[in-house]
Amino acid sequence: MNQKENFLKGFFKENAVFTLLLGMCPTLGVTSSAINGLGMGLATTFVLVMSNIVVSLVKDMIPDKVRIPAFIVIIASFVTVVELLMQAYLPSLFESLGLFIPLIVVNCVVLGRAEAFASKNNPLSSMIDGLGMGLGFAMALTMLGSVREFLGSGKIFDMVVFPEQYGMLVFVLAPGAFIALAYLIAIIDKLKKA
Amino acid sequence: MAKTESNLINMVLALLIITLVAGGTLGMVYKVTKEPIATAKLAKQKAAIESVVPGFDNNPTDETYELTSAEGYQLEVFPCKKGSELLGVAISSKTMKGFSGEIKLMVGLKPDGSIINYSVLEHKETPGLGSKMQEWFNSTEKPSQSVLGKNPGADNLTVSKDGGDVDAITAATISSRAFLDAITIAYNTYTKEGGQK
Repeated sequence: MNQKENFLKGFFKENAVFTLLLGMCPTLGVTSSAINGLGMGLATTFVLVMSNIVVSLVKDMIPDKVRIPAFIVIIASFVTVVELLMQAYLPSLFESLGLFIPLIVVNCVVLGRAEAFASKNNPLSSMIDGLGMGLGFAMALTMLGSVREFLGSGKIFDMVVFPEQYGMLVFVLAPGAFIALAYLIAIIDKLKKA
Repeated sequence: MAKTESNLINMVLALLIITLVAGGTLGMVYKVTKEPIATAKLAKQKAAIESVVPGFDNNPTDETYELTSAEGYQLEVFPCKKGSELLGVAISSKTMKGFSGEIKLMVGLKPDGSIINYSVLEHKETPGLGSKMQEWFNSTEKPSQSVLGKNPGADNLTVSKDGGDVDAITAATISSRAFLDAITIAYNTYTKEGGQK
């Protein structure tokens, strides 16, 4: 597999949300608006890239039996770094995502890539894998966030498309997340087969 | 490089090194971000004070003092003065009665206790319903849902469903009750314990 394929697989063929159905908790939780989805996606991308690089650098040093705790410590450290940086330099985004940032630790996409890819490949491929997977995740979250924000409150990225009182509130709430996600997956599945 | 064997010493050593490095890195990042985080919080607090009691020229954060509410909450009070005249106080109030727990407000009160303005600092209410607090209760077009200018001592500051003077947010009565509760706590604490300070 060349690096271009390695990068692109995260967007479509192995998209974490639409194909692998991994990381559903942040996916359903934070995507009440497009900007939240994008912010969460980018934060996850950062953690994915950094943890993939580090894991693939230290993979030979870590005995097999303790690899999972070791990976989790690495991932959790980067998540805390993101949390602190966001709190310091992007306080308004931190406010809307605050609760979900620590949950990146348990996002199975991150541990899944560390285990399935980074622990078997060199740092460069791992970085590209993390970047592709992360951006694919961010893309999926932004799409879902846009759909929900548009249907729920008539806005996309806070730009008014139609007045808020005609919005279907259910899409901003949790059940709407499931409905919107299901339709998006169905559409993407159809496109993939076409 | 050969894979490290899974014996006890290797496992302990590997985890020890990783946690040490992780701990060290986090300590460093914490140190670097400590100041910007404090500054960001302070700036937010200051912006909230300015929005609830406009027009002061002192530095309210320097003259702040604390009051204990009847519920046992520690409320911070920021006196806002123009010259030597007290324009009002900004009180950071909170309630635990929200739909999803805690709601924190900055409430601006005149020295007589009537509400100048408020600002929602923190909440976990449902997006699209209870989260409308910030816009709903200071509407200038619909006085029946606004709390501005009302005095919790004279007006009945409960939702109209409970016989009060304020229309609750549509489909978010619990959040509305909690919001009014936080305002009432600020008023009661200020008038009972602090008064005209």
